Amino acid sequence: MGLYRHDFNKESDKALKDENLQKALRFTTDRFRERRKTAIAEVDNWEDLRSIAREIKKETISRLDTYLELLEENIVKNGGIVHWAKDADEATKIILEIALNGKVKSVVKSKSMATEEIELNHALNNAGIEAIETDLGEYIIQLAGETPSHIIAPAIHKTKEDISKLFSEKLKIPYYTEPEDLTRIARDKLRQKFLMADMGVSGANFAVAETGTIVIVENEGNARLTTTLPRIHVALMGLEKVIPRFEDLALFLSILARSATGQKMSSYVSLISGPKRKSEKDGPEEFHLVLLDNGRSNILASDETRESLYCIRCGACLNICPVYRKVGGHSYGWVYSGPIGAIISPQLLGFDKAPDLPFASSLCGACKDVCPLKIDIPKVLLELRNRVIEENRKMNRVGVRTFESLGIKLWRLSMQSPRVYMALITLAYYVQKLWNRGNGHNITLLPPPFSQWAKNRDLPVFAKKPFRKRWDEIKDEQVWE
Amino acid sequence: MVEVLRRIGVDLDFLGDQTCCGQPAFNSGYHSDAKILAKRFLSLFDRDDYIVCPSGSCTSMVKIFYKELFKNNPEMHEIIERVSLRTHEFSDFIVNVLKMKDVGAYYAGKVTYHDSCHLLRELKIKDEPRKLINSVKGIDFIEMNNSDSCCGFGGTFSIKFPDVSVSILDEKLENIINTGAEAVVSADMGCLMQIGGALKRRKIPIETMHLAELLASDRG
Repeated sequence: MGLYRHDFNKESDKALKDENLQKALRFTTDRFRERRKTAIAEVDNWEDLRSIAREIKKETISRLDTYLELLEENIVKNGGIVHWAKDADEATKIILEIALNGKVKSVVKSKSMATEEIELNHALNNAGIEAIETDLGEYIIQLAGETPSHIIAPAIHKTKEDISKLFSEKLKIPYYTEPEDLTRIARDKLRQKFLMADMGVSGANFAVAETGTIVIVENEGNARLTTTLPRIHVALMGLEKVIPRFEDLALFLSILARSATGQKMSSYVSLISGPKRKSEKDGPEEFHLVLLDNGRSNILASDETRESLYCIRCGACLNICPVYRKVGGHSYGWVYSGPIGAIISPQLLGFDKAPDLPFASSLCGACKDVCPLKIDIPKVLLELRNRVIEENRKMNRVGVRTFESLGIKLWRLSMQSPRVYMALITLAYYVQKLWNRGNGHNITLLPPPFSQWAKNRDLPVFAKKPFRKRWDEIKDEQVWE
Repeated sequence: MVEVLRRIGVDLDFLGDQTCCGQPAFNSGYHSDAKILAKRFLSLFDRDDYIVCPSGSCTSMVKIFYKELFKNNPEMHEIIERVSLRTHEFSDFIVNVLKMKDVGAYYAGKVTYHDSCHLLRELKIKDEPRKLINSVKGIDFIEMNNSDSCCGFGGTFSIKFPDVSVSILDEKLENIINTGAEAVVSADMGCLMQIGGALKRRKIPIETMHLAELLASDRG
């Protein structure tokens, strides 16, 4: 997890100061929000669809082992090979071995967050194998040497001008400004790569257990090419992507497209059941499915946070999140960003790598309302916050949280005694005069950690006579009739 | 709140021993501290009266999150159920329990309303405050854009990530200012502190008012 950066304040600070990024985030999240809203308004029974999808996922995840075994059985029946990878290293090794056995020199990739998660490109490059991203957004960030900043729109942090400059520098071409020209150039470059590639690597949006079919949705046609042109196709998929029956697929395709891009259906939906058959002209000779655990079974083991695995990676929670809208994807430090990233990254990576993420939310709950699987993200965040605190307490670590826990304890003790509480607010009234350089109605300076508040915000003054004292005077007044 | 509720004939009591429901500790991950304060609240308020609270956030702590906090303590479930059923947020109490809209308030001016997150999304209270505001005589009520998006407060979030918090707030202020309202009304102290704190700091002449303050108003 070399690319992990975990200081949320530091990373978000960069993002907040980047005016281009602020514009891009606002524009894109607005557009996604609007499209989603229109797309779900077309469906009469959207709430029912969410409930049904959640029930299906809940049942699937509760019997995940059964469904995964069924999936394996059917993929093998179809002539494919299934590999089980317990972590990122194992998954990388498996894919490298497939590549070496197949004498692979170049790889084309369609968009896959799971391959980002295991940093596959890095491993392939180290083995002397060229790996080219073929989704336009992924192609852009690969050229720039960056990581995705959005689950479905990896390059949303880049403006048109950024991309013109990037293409001209990296591809040694003239400076084009029209998106049409830039897309044409990318298409020309990528078409050559598709024709040359020995192996195609994809992710999978769903895998149907009863038929042994993996399903990939996309809008550019690059995934179709990735999975059909090269002689070997490897799909890497998180364990949780399995769905039981073929008849469930229509529902999941609909809620995914509507929540993600506001489409009724993605432009391309590829259903892949194994390699080329004898009667077929096209398709790969080998088909491999790599099932990735990488921390997912830890999530599975927890009653409190298991629903984190219901996610279908639509990105709707990113688009609605007030925090994501300001800080963008990179501030979250790993491939998964926004509210879903804040709950799954700490669970997959461990709290030592992502201690800030469960706290990087105002708990506004907007994510829960747009999630097509009704994942209660705020509830999971609260659970994870508690785990961070408990873990710290057990390890007896000295740090900022030591002061925080002491502060909370003192505050709690004072709240247990109305007399102490009363004394404190009375004291605060007198002390605030020392700090207050404002106009007498507001506090403009505060001691740490509250100084963080006062940097940009005033605070109302403490009353000379707290309500509980005033109540003694007014409690016997008559009710107005 | 006392003035408004008395005006519409409610007999009130205030328990002088009350302090905090424990939400700040719960939201920060300190469940054992939160439990101590939650138990204190529950035993203090385990009476026959309605409990009315002028905050969506505190109310949702009692009505929604106490169950979460004590999910592994079945012995607490009965008292939580009992107390939370009688607990109501201020606007919910007037509109849904007392079945009233007009509380006899008068306010001549243009106001807008900010939906606080917990009131809206946890307690699902959206229309009640609007019904009350629209029934104020002389009022000119205008909706802001994205009234339902967060103001960036989030309790300790506002101190842990102050710049992100204020950046979210900037957009909220923009939407408030664009309405041309002279006052922004909300039903949660946290949001009002956050919004009001920045309006004051930037010397923007828009007043922040709790819904109860507006309803208590008889200014001509």
